Amino acid sequence: MATVAEPITAQTTTAPASLARRDFQIVPLQGLPVVAVVIVGMVVAIATNSHWAIDFYHVAGGGLWTAFDLFLGLVLGPIIGTMSISSRIELVTRLMPKLVLIVPTLVTMTLGAGFQLARQLGNLAPHSPVHNWLLASYIVVGVMATIAIGLLEPANIAVLFELRKPVPNVARIQRLMKVFIYTAGITGLMQIATLVIMTKIAST
Amino acid sequence: MEAHVPEAPRGPAVPGDGPLPPIQQIAVAVIVLIVSGGIFTAAHLPRHVPQGPTIALLAAAAVLLAVNVVLLSRIGPFNWRVFRQVAGWVLVAYVVIAGMLEYVFIYDQTRGSQLVILTGMLAVFMLNIPILLGFSVARFQAPDS
Repeated sequence: MATVAEPITAQTTTAPASLARRDFQIVPLQGLPVVAVVIVGMVVAIATNSHWAIDFYHVAGGGLWTAFDLFLGLVLGPIIGTMSISSRIELVTRLMPKLVLIVPTLVTMTLGAGFQLARQLGNLAPHSPVHNWLLASYIVVGVMATIAIGLLEPANIAVLFELRKPVPNVARIQRLMKVFIYTAGITGLMQIATLVIMTKIAST
Repeated sequence: MEAHVPEAPRGPAVPGDGPLPPIQQIAVAVIVLIVSGGIFTAAHLPRHVPQGPTIALLAAAAVLLAVNVVLLSRIGPFNWRVFRQVAGWVLVAYVVIAGMLEYVFIYDQTRGSQLVILTGMLAVFMLNIPILLGFSVARFQAPDS
C-alpha cells in the first residue's frame, strides 16, 4: 500500500493570520536537565537496588503517566476536538513540546522501575500468583507503546514542524491532530486496564 | 439521473509530490515484531526463554528494517536535510534509551545467546524509530533543491 504525499492546494495553504509562523522550541531545551536528573536518579535506584527508590519511581511515574493519559485522552482530547482551529493551534504549540519531554520520561521511569520491582518481589517467577497479571500488563503496555511510538509521536512531531513553516497547511494540521486525539483517547482507555491490572497485583 | 459534478481544480503540487513508499507502515510493523519479542521474552524470564520464536521475530524485524532503508534510499526528491535533522536527534535519544536497557539486561545477569538476541532487538528498535520519525516529518516538507 503506497501512501501519497498530500498535495498543497490553494485552499489548504490559505492560512488565517492567526496561523502565521510561530517561533517555539519543538524540544524545550530548558527541560532537558530535569529529565537528566530524573533518569540518572532511576539508574542510581536500580544500581543500588534500593527498594524504596524503585518503588517510588514505579508508583510516582506510573501514577503520573496514567493520569496524564486519562486526562489527555478522555478530557482534553474531546475539548480540543471542539475548539476553533486557531485556538487548537495556540494550545498545541504550548502543550505538545512539553509532552515531547514529559511522557517519554514518565514511561521510562514506570517501566524501568516496574520491571526491577517485579524482579525484587519475585513476581516474575512462573509460580508467582500474579504472573498472569504481569503478562497482561506487558501486553497492554506493548499495545500502548506501539500506538504511542508508531502513530501518536510521529503525528505530534509533524504538527510541530508544520506550525513552524511560514505558511502552515491547515488541512494537514487538522488531519494530524485528529490522529493525535484518537490515539490519545485509545491509550487513555487502555490506562483503565492498567489501573485494574496494577491494583489486582498490589492486592493479591 | 445524477448530474456529473466535475472535480474541483487542484493547485500545483510541491516538487516531488507523488506516491511515497509505505515506510511508516513498515516501521510500525517492525515495532510490533520487536515489542512482541520483548513480551515473549519477559513472559519467560527468569526461566530459560525458548529462542526459536524470538530469533524469528528479530529476523523478520531486521528484514523489514533493511527493506525500509532500501525504500528510503530510492525516494527521488525528498527533504533529506529535515530527515537527517529529526532522525539524528531521535537516534541520539534512542542510543541513550537502548544503552540504559542494555545496562539493565547485563545488571540482571542476562548472558550468552539470550543477551545477543536482546541486543539485536534493541539495535533494530534503536535504528527503526529515527527512520519512522524522520520520514513522518520530512514527507511533509518541500524537497531539497
